[in-house]
Amino acid sequence: MVLFVCFEQLSPIFLYNSVSWSTLAMNTTVVAQLQRQFQDYIVSLYQQGFLDSQFSELRKLQDEGSPDFVSEVVSLFFDDCSKLINTMSRSLEQPDNVDFKQLDSGVHQLKGSSSSVGARRVKNVCISFKECCDVQNREGCLRCLQQVDYEYKMLKTKLQDLFNLEQQILQAGGTIPQVDIN
Amino acid sequence: MAKDGGVSCLRRSEMIGIGIGELESPPLDSDQVHVLAVDDSLVDRIVIERLLRITSCKVTAVDSGWRALEFLGLDDDKAAVEFDRLKVDLIITDYCMPGMTGYELLKKIKESTSFKEVPVVIMSSENVMTRIDRCLEEGAEDFLLKPVKLADVKRLRSYLTRDVKVFADGNKRNLTTPPPLPPLSATSSMESSKSTVESPLSMVVDDDALTMSPDVCNFSCGFAD
Repeated sequence: MVLFVCFEQLSPIFLYNSVSWSTLAMNTTVVAQLQRQFQDYIVSLYQQGFLDSQFSELRKLQDEGSPDFVSEVVSLFFDDCSKLINTMSRSLEQPDNVDFKQLDSGVHQLKGSSSSVGARRVKNVCISFKECCDVQNREGCLRCLQQVDYEYKMLKTKLQDLFNLEQQILQAGGTIPQVDIN
Repeated sequence: MAKDGGVSCLRRSEMIGIGIGELESPPLDSDQVHVLAVDDSLVDRIVIERLLRITSCKVTAVDSGWRALEFLGLDDDKAAVEFDRLKVDLIITDYCMPGMTGYELLKKIKESTSFKEVPVVIMSSENVMTRIDRCLEEGAEDFLLKPVKLADVKRLRSYLTRDVKVFADGNKRNLTTPPPLPPLSATSSMESSKSTVESPLSMVVDDDALTMSPDVCNFSCGFAD
């Protein structure tokens, strides 16, 4: 208690600042814990194949001037996924009237954008999807469509958790760790 | 894609918070490199725009070859004589686009009097030899394999600066000497196959990705060998 008062007298700013030394000390620990959590989480996403090196390329493009660049790009990507999946679903609706050309176009677009954001699993499904389109395999296409829907939603959840961790780190006064993925 | 008729193809709602693609751009700094980026994919446009801005380029991004021609003033047959010379230092375009492909756009640019000296770089997600060759033969400066990385754009930027200086002197721009050719080597990667085109005349080849098949872009490119 005495120690606490001494510190406050030494450092005038703390007379006006509601943050006490004990809270500061706790914050530092919290930040370190959050940073470790973030690091472990993002590494696991790479290891489990959700993300590839292109995602880390995107992270390089984020800075103080554009602190939300990655989350905004992936958000647009997920919107893209949703729209394309709806269109492709309609193309596949009628068993005797499947528009494989439109399907191929949709898969191409999805493959491209997933590749650009580093969404590895989504991209890989698109590769299989394209093969099904090429041979006009409707059943195969339906399975791939289902899978791509699952994968993008899964990734969306995972990345939301990642971005939440980032926010928590920033709010606790910490910086987001650089994580190098080869 | 946005049909707002403007060259900045992002809707206002999409631009908020991202800090790119202002509809009313500040006046061009004559020393700043101005790049016209063409890609039908919104995600790719945003990424390429950010990559270019981070390397200090001014960027105009459009979503089609037609809009690119419109921006350059090449969309009608009027002679470009009265047209105020638009300063474009580099055009970077996706290959596979609906309507007009990047290859067709390249041809139109090289046929024009005003812009045939402007370097054109083609981007593609597919590493097809015939495609690369065809583009280079038509006068493309370089070919980038998607997904485009910061290192790719930095490389473009480095030889672009030299070109711009020569051009400003009034000399006819020469193609820069390509970097020394690294030995061709097959690389195996843990990730899904990835190849990079180091320069127009050399490639790091990943056996899985390189195809020698006729260049077909089923839905949009419309032609095959």
